[in-house]
Amino acid sequence: MTVFWVLAPIMVVAALGLVFARRAVHAALGLAVVMISLAVLYAVQGAPFLFAVQIIVYTGAIMMLFLFVLMLVGVDSPDSLAETIRGQRLAAGVVGLVFAALAVLVIAQGVTGAVTGLDEANADGNVYGLAELLFGPYILAVEFTAALLITAVLGAMVLAHHERLTPKRSQADHAAQRMREYAETGRHPGNAPTPGVFAQHNAVDTPAILPDGSALHESVPPSLVERGQVREARAADVDDVARQLESDEGGDEK
Amino acid sequence: MTEYLTLSLILFSIGAVGVLVRRNAIVVFMCIELMLNATNLAFVSFSRQHGNLDGQVAAFFVMVVAAAEVVVGLAIIVSIYRTRRTTSVDEASLLKS
Repeated sequence: MTVFWVLAPIMVVAALGLVFARRAVHAALGLAVVMISLAVLYAVQGAPFLFAVQIIVYTGAIMMLFLFVLMLVGVDSPDSLAETIRGQRLAAGVVGLVFAALAVLVIAQGVTGAVTGLDEANADGNVYGLAELLFGPYILAVEFTAALLITAVLGAMVLAHHERLTPKRSQADHAAQRMREYAETGRHPGNAPTPGVFAQHNAVDTPAILPDGSALHESVPPSLVERGQVREARAADVDDVARQLESDEGGDEK
Repeated sequence: MTEYLTLSLILFSIGAVGVLVRRNAIVVFMCIELMLNATNLAFVSFSRQHGNLDGQVAAFFVMVVAAAEVVVGLAIIVSIYRTRRTTSVDEASLLKS
């Protein structure tokens, strides 16, 4: 029982985090905590097979799938807080509370009698007992499960399949386009200069500086520009460094 | 026994509220998983109460169905994201006149 009273508050807090977390990744973390705690509760309640399956299937496979999809569709898209239906949030909270209270009352009334325990059922081992049931009375359900899993795999493949609408551009096409742009707009056809070749900052978030002292913004990687992490290059930086060098030399002479 | 069921019901209710409140389709999906997990806890608890393993078999089947459901659901979310560039459940309203 100690295990239960230690894990139950953790699980409820993690589940509430799932509802209240702004970022989807934090919600996924809360769900993972709930799932692992549930696995421990299964082990405590005489279900060692479900303990292993919960860890392997839920926290191993399903959570990984969630995280993969989160990374595919962009991690940094916080939920919008605007309500589509006015008062929906409040109503949902009230309905949830009422439902929880009602269900707890009813179930608590309904469960009577002593706990039988699984010592007898698990006499030959939990896995053996489950196998007896799965491949005995539940064999038809197991067969249907196989059909369901194959259908799900096919469905996922069909849904996630991406039909290419435009022909793939080859290296020759890219080269031809560069030369065409050079002819039409005068854009340099060669490599963009590397970023950070600059007197004071040599990190990739600093644009390269041109001979006339202006910054070349094309030299910074586009992903940094999109995230707004570009450091502004100041032409005066060169003068600062020159002044610093001069003063250092003056110090050495003394 | 009652404590386990109470915990299961609390988790189920939190999951249900999450489905109603959240807008991000992936988080809504996670809340559905939370509800399925809560029912699994109830199944395992009842299995111990009655002293036979049928409840654990039921929980096992719930896990299998949940895995299949997640695969198809996430594929749908990804394909919606590809065409609409959003995972918000409010944006997927193409069938509305």
